[in-house]
Amino acid sequence: METDQALFNYLLRLADSSLILSQRLAEWCGHGPILEEDIALTNVSLDLLGHATALLTYAGKGKSADDLAFLRSEREYRNILLAEQPNGDFACTMLRQFLTDSWHYYLYASLQKSKDETLAAISVKFLKEITYHLRHSSGWVLRLGDGTAESHLRIQNALDELWSFTGDLFDSDSADELMLAAGIGADLNEIRKQWTAHVSELLNKATLKIPESSFMQKGSLQGRHTEYLGYLLAEMQYLPRTYRDAKW
Amino acid sequence: MILIFNKGMNTNMEKDTQWPLWEIFIQANPGIPHKHVGSLHAADAEMALQNARDVYTRRNEGISIWVVEARFIKASSPEDAGSFFEPANDKVYRHPTFYKVPDGVKYL
Amino acid sequence: MQKDEKVLLEEFQSKIDKGVKIEPKDWMPLKYRNQLIRMMSQHAHSEIVGMLPEGNWITRAPSLRRKAILLAKVQDEAGHGMYLYSAAETLGIDRTTLLEQLHSGKAKYSSIFNYPTLTWADIGAIGWLVDGAAIMNQTALAKGSYGPYSRAMVRICKEESFHNRQGYEIMCSLAFGSQEQKQMAQDALNRWWWPAIMMLGPSDDNSPNTEELMRWRVKMESNDAIRERFIDRTVPQADYIGLSIPDPELKIDEATGHYKHGPINWEEFFNVIKGNGPCNKSRLKTRVDADRNGKWVREAAEAYAAKRVIRDDTDF
Ligand SMILES: [Fe+2]
Ligand SMILES: [Fe+2]
Ligand SMILES: [Fe+2]
Repeated sequence: METDQALFNYLLRLADSSLILSQRLAEWCGHGPILEEDIALTNVSLDLLGHATALLTYAGKGKSADDLAFLRSEREYRNILLAEQPNGDFACTMLRQFLTDSWHYYLYASLQKSKDETLAAISVKFLKEITYHLRHSSGWVLRLGDGTAESHLRIQNALDELWSFTGDLFDSDSADELMLAAGIGADLNEIRKQWTAHVSELLNKATLKIPESSFMQKGSLQGRHTEYLGYLLAEMQYLPRTYRDAKW
Repeated sequence: MILIFNKGMNTNMEKDTQWPLWEIFIQANPGIPHKHVGSLHAADAEMALQNARDVYTRRNEGISIWVVEARFIKASSPEDAGSFFEPANDKVYRHPTFYKVPDGVKYL
Repeated sequence: MQKDEKVLLEEFQSKIDKGVKIEPKDWMPLKYRNQLIRMMSQHAHSEIVGMLPEGNWITRAPSLRRKAILLAKVQDEAGHGMYLYSAAETLGIDRTTLLEQLHSGKAKYSSIFNYPTLTWADIGAIGWLVDGAAIMNQTALAKGSYGPYSRAMVRICKEESFHNRQGYEIMCSLAFGSQEQKQMAQDALNRWWWPAIMMLGPSDDNSPNTEELMRWRVKMESNDAIRERFIDRTVPQADYIGLSIPDPELKIDEATGHYKHGPINWEEFFNVIKGNGPCNKSRLKTRVDADRNGKWVREAAEAYAAKRVIRDDTDF
């Protein structure tokens, strides 16, 4: 694989993960558990949409960010499986958010030192926003885990359901290896260690138990997603695909 | 007529909650005081701080936030105004313009 | 020492005449207080329910830019609702109670949000027409006599300024776009024009109490005056992008220089207010569901906060 194709793939992994998670969070707008939280969730969604836009614009390859977002199909999407999982209840959304925020946090902390100057620069900016996202979702994991019996049960269920998608966060393919070797990409093994330590500590503080089964779902890097992604994209992409030459 | 004023009053029998009310103060720029900008609801102080950030600083309105739960604010009432504030009206000697300084004397 | 009500009322009125704001703890006539609670809560409910028709298109916005704009816009409306509930709360009624009034169907909100958003162009039409009409009302309310309401309105007006523009921008792209897009824009204008005209409220001869409310600076301008200004400003904007206003009788009145509109279908308006709009039921159900589904979340956060007080735990 050429370096620039590898960089393209690498950037898509990052961009798609943010875009799909942003789309999921946007579904909450108008439906949050309380007004203030509705506003908070939308802020996170907007930040992630901004990240996706910046990354897709940089990835380019002769295509606009919009073309990349709206005209690729599910097999071409490289987002993490966790991002596309349905919102479920607020516990499910917040747990998904916490697991992803933690991943983003260590990932972009590392990418700040990327030899790719553009990627390094945008990572510095992203990391500030992600630090806030993590603070927000961590607070909620604690409140729900250690709140009422009902909230504890709900978020423990969410953890049991979502845990098997966390292995996918650290999967790598040849693009990742090339990028790592070139000093552009992050070392996912290193990030896995940091992520695991942080996530375990907080879940423990929230009185939650990590499932014992260590089986992990895979496939997003090869465009093998869960069935949920197709519906998400169908909804998201319908206008640009219906009116092919339209400007909006 | 006497008005009953109670911000935290919950008239619902079944205990649902929108969380306590907090008052939000924001410093817009360095060197100037924090100013009251409005209120919001939050279950705890950390959440109040985050909500204030999300609600009241989305357009670069601030660099620092104070939050305080509304029930801890003791406010003077309009009936107090006479005894609180009017006595200051005739204490003109507290203001520099009260004093005559000869023309030509500087830096006073 | 109690002053008698007549003296209090005179003092109250003279403050208002001098442009001094009335603050929460100040004496105020019961009617003033009740009217304000009604207005502020209706206004707050409208912002919150108003998130839904536009929210309907967030996940389908046709570009990344449009998605970000729409998300930020709908989020602003949530903020507006929050500011307005807070303003109402200064009069001693809490948000739980206000929301309960909305959810039980007892409280009203703006009729316009009971119409469906059928195409993307509706998002343009709402920003252009609905926010456009609302802003006329809101800039007036910002000069109202009740301090907390007026301050909330000042903040809201500042945020509103982009809503109207982004809507018109969407209409421009559509009107200058392909034939299909242009049709979409005209269709949206056809469906939203009259509801937008009506959302400014019944004709003056049909709204009681106006005189007293104007004297108290609770209401700042008559519905018809605001409506006229809205039409005067909007018609040239439609002309500019080549869309036609669905009112065959609309024309400039040579004598006044203002547009005169055709007859308004008030029957439809009152019908929608009564609950018979196309979306009344689903809008309310959505709000009720969000509230119910959030109950356990709100409880959990409170339970956790209480535990932390007991543990004297202050770091997060
Ligand atoms: Fe609005
Ligand atoms: Fe608004
Ligand atoms: Fe608006």
